[in-house]
Amino acid sequence: MIQQFPKTLIVGPGPHISGADSTSSIMWSVVIALVPAFIFSMANFGWYAGAVTITAVVSAVATEWAIQRMRKVSVTITDGSAAVTGLLLAFTLPPGVPLYVAALGSVFSIAVAKHAFGGLGMNIWNPALAGRAFISAAYSSALFMPKWPVLSSIFSGDIRTLDAVTMATPCAILQSDPAAIFQHYRLWDLFIGRIPGSIGETSALALLIGAAFLMVRKIIDWRLPVAYILTVALLVILFPVRAADGTIAGFWQASFWADPVFVLERSLAHALSGGLVMGAFFMATDMVTSPITKKGQAMFGAGCGVLVAVIRVYGGYPEGVCYSILLMNTVVWAIDNMTKPKFFGERAHA
Amino acid sequence: MRRTFKKGGVHPPDMKERTRDVPIAEFPAPALVMIPMAQHFGSPALPVVGAGDKVAKGQLIGKADGRMSANVHSSVSGKVLRLEEKFTPQGRACKTVVIENDNSGIWADEIPCGRDWRAMSPKEIVEAVAAGGVVGMGGAAFPAHVKLEPPHEKPIDTAILNGVECEPYLTIDHRLMVERAAEIITGLRIIAKAVAAKEMVVGIESNKPEALKAMNAAAAGGGIRVEALDVKYPQGGEKQLIAALTGREVPPGKLPFDVGCVVHNVGTAWAIFNAVAKCVPLIERPLTISGDAIERPANLMVPIGTPVGAVIEHCGLDQKVKKILSGGPMMGMAIADPTIPVVKGMSGILALKKVPHDISGPCIRCGRCIEVCPLGGIASEMARAIEAGAIVDYEHLHVFDCMECGSCSFVCPAGRNLVQYVRQAKEEASYRRELHRKQQAKKQI
Ligand code: SF4
Ligand code: SF4
Repeated sequence: MIQQFPKTLIVGPGPHISGADSTSSIMWSVVIALVPAFIFSMANFGWYAGAVTITAVVSAVATEWAIQRMRKVSVTITDGSAAVTGLLLAFTLPPGVPLYVAALGSVFSIAVAKHAFGGLGMNIWNPALAGRAFISAAYSSALFMPKWPVLSSIFSGDIRTLDAVTMATPCAILQSDPAAIFQHYRLWDLFIGRIPGSIGETSALALLIGAAFLMVRKIIDWRLPVAYILTVALLVILFPVRAADGTIAGFWQASFWADPVFVLERSLAHALSGGLVMGAFFMATDMVTSPITKKGQAMFGAGCGVLVAVIRVYGGYPEGVCYSILLMNTVVWAIDNMTKPKFFGERAHA
Repeated sequence: MRRTFKKGGVHPPDMKERTRDVPIAEFPAPALVMIPMAQHFGSPALPVVGAGDKVAKGQLIGKADGRMSANVHSSVSGKVLRLEEKFTPQGRACKTVVIENDNSGIWADEIPCGRDWRAMSPKEIVEAVAAGGVVGMGGAAFPAHVKLEPPHEKPIDTAILNGVECEPYLTIDHRLMVERAAEIITGLRIIAKAVAAKEMVVGIESNKPEALKAMNAAAAGGGIRVEALDVKYPQGGEKQLIAALTGREVPPGKLPFDVGCVVHNVGTAWAIFNAVAKCVPLIERPLTISGDAIERPANLMVPIGTPVGAVIEHCGLDQKVKKILSGGPMMGMAIADPTIPVVKGMSGILALKKVPHDISGPCIRCGRCIEVCPLGGIASEMARAIEAGAIVDYEHLHVFDCMECGSCSFVCPAGRNLVQYVRQAKEEASYRRELHRKQQAKKQI
């Protein structure tokens, strides 16, 4: 007797089993990893920060849907990639930004930075950061927060109407008068995020909880963010600066080390402020726009770090994370070329 | 730390519990066997019987066509009904001898014999292996006698047995090692004598403690090293196994000979033992029948040429089956024709209800395919180049060096079947070569 086979048998090519992860499981994991920062943003800035975030996400997903319909390709809004872009874009915006600005930023991120390049996987620049750069150029006034609320018990408050005092962000202080940073903020505040700043960036703690989840899930690798943050933390100290009297000051002078604890703390303050943690763990690690090998990713992180340090120490911007990543995105192809794995049995190239 | 190969690799769920402890049972020869002439790598054998001929069990029915070919023998006694053109599980069309079983089970003359392999010269051993039509039983079905005759300028120091069985579900090498350890170990000694290797090593993954125990016992005191290896797919790949056991890397385009090694599967060693010490040619082989759509999973000793459908009928098939495979789930082929015969290189028959979704999206550059490639290949770029037809890039991307282990496709979150691109590229290349050859031939005339 020969068993007949059902007609519905599939004869596709192998392998006939597959690993657990899919594009959408990866993207939704990133969304989950951003939830702690999302909750913290509302605790810190009030419900309106949540409204900005939701607006950006809805706009990103809707734009993805519309463009995919227009391009007559299959609609993949459930894969979570547009939601991630919307979330990350919102997290780079100040908490009082008008909703329409957030929405337009998402439209740019998805329509131009992603789909004009061919859609998922084809874009060169991180879409969220490209959207953020677009807003800085087109709506720079909307990003300007003249006043920050007094940061106490405002979970329910509306940041636009709250009594606000003028507070400079840690980054701004680090740029204008680094010596004064700890008169305004304690390191602990910087770590848990009770500080002014963009919606999602302030709490290193909340971000690191999410990042730990992604590292355990092996969705992001530690090398890139660690290389990034370490490079910034080192170079902001090691770069020589021109002192008020016109002389060049730097680490080679004994006076620089007069207060070594302060040197360390200043370095830590840089690492914890201005979106560096968010950029390092969630933006620079974007798979599509970062190098494909781990070695390349570490180089990419270090490159971003150098750029941030240059921008912060010598440049006009107090920040630098956004542009450092966008610039490094541009040279990913070169890093990929330099870090090709050695083929089995071949002697390493000299 | 136990040993394994360094670069890449994946850990698919091993799924071996269902048949791990099921002893190998004899599968009774069916009424009809269909024995293909092309069961091995190389030229198909040339049929030496015709319709109406009487054949005995173990009688030669196909003669090796040149060195890179293998003899084929009848697995039953009976009458040749016809020769027909038929597909093998590998999708190769070839002449197939259809034999009606008379159930008398009469062996051909002088089979089995009893001879002392120790008294045989390497040349006699190679001849006996070739006469027995032994081919690699791990999947590639490379003629075994070719691997026993290394070129003179390439001395062999290590004979390796592959007892890794890294494909999920399959337990047949495991059972064979548990039940026939002594024969396998003798097979290894025969191999080592043929190639004049001083070292003898058996590589077994540590998820087979019973096999390790049996093989250690059989090898005791005989200068044979039985190594427990860390579990990692594709450790059963020749190059990976050599790397795991000796630390040597076989360069692209080279063979184990080039690093002083020869590797045979444990099943092949068993077949070599049969052919050399008992004059019994390769006419039956052990198979694992498993998968979630098989009702009574088993390990069976099946005559070559038995229709796959007969074996499955014996084990019970759930009609909700989605895929039926010849071989393991990583490198096996999906089949749809129940009359396809069991061949020498088939290590199992799997029937699966759960198969991966057939949706694929664009590459998201996650880098996982690169991380898992045991050869250091860049599968994402290979697929991109092949898709674009960028033939100039094939060489530096090592497209033709890919061993088709499927690790890259297994992990790809975008669901891209990367290894399928490589297979397609290889097929196109061989088609072009063939075309070129024909054009050259025409010019000559
Ligand atoms: S199939 Fe080829 S490219 Fe893919 S992992 Fe295996 S060897 Fe590498
Ligand atoms: S595993 Fe798939 S998605 Fe990831 S880099 Fe390779 S081809 Fe691209």
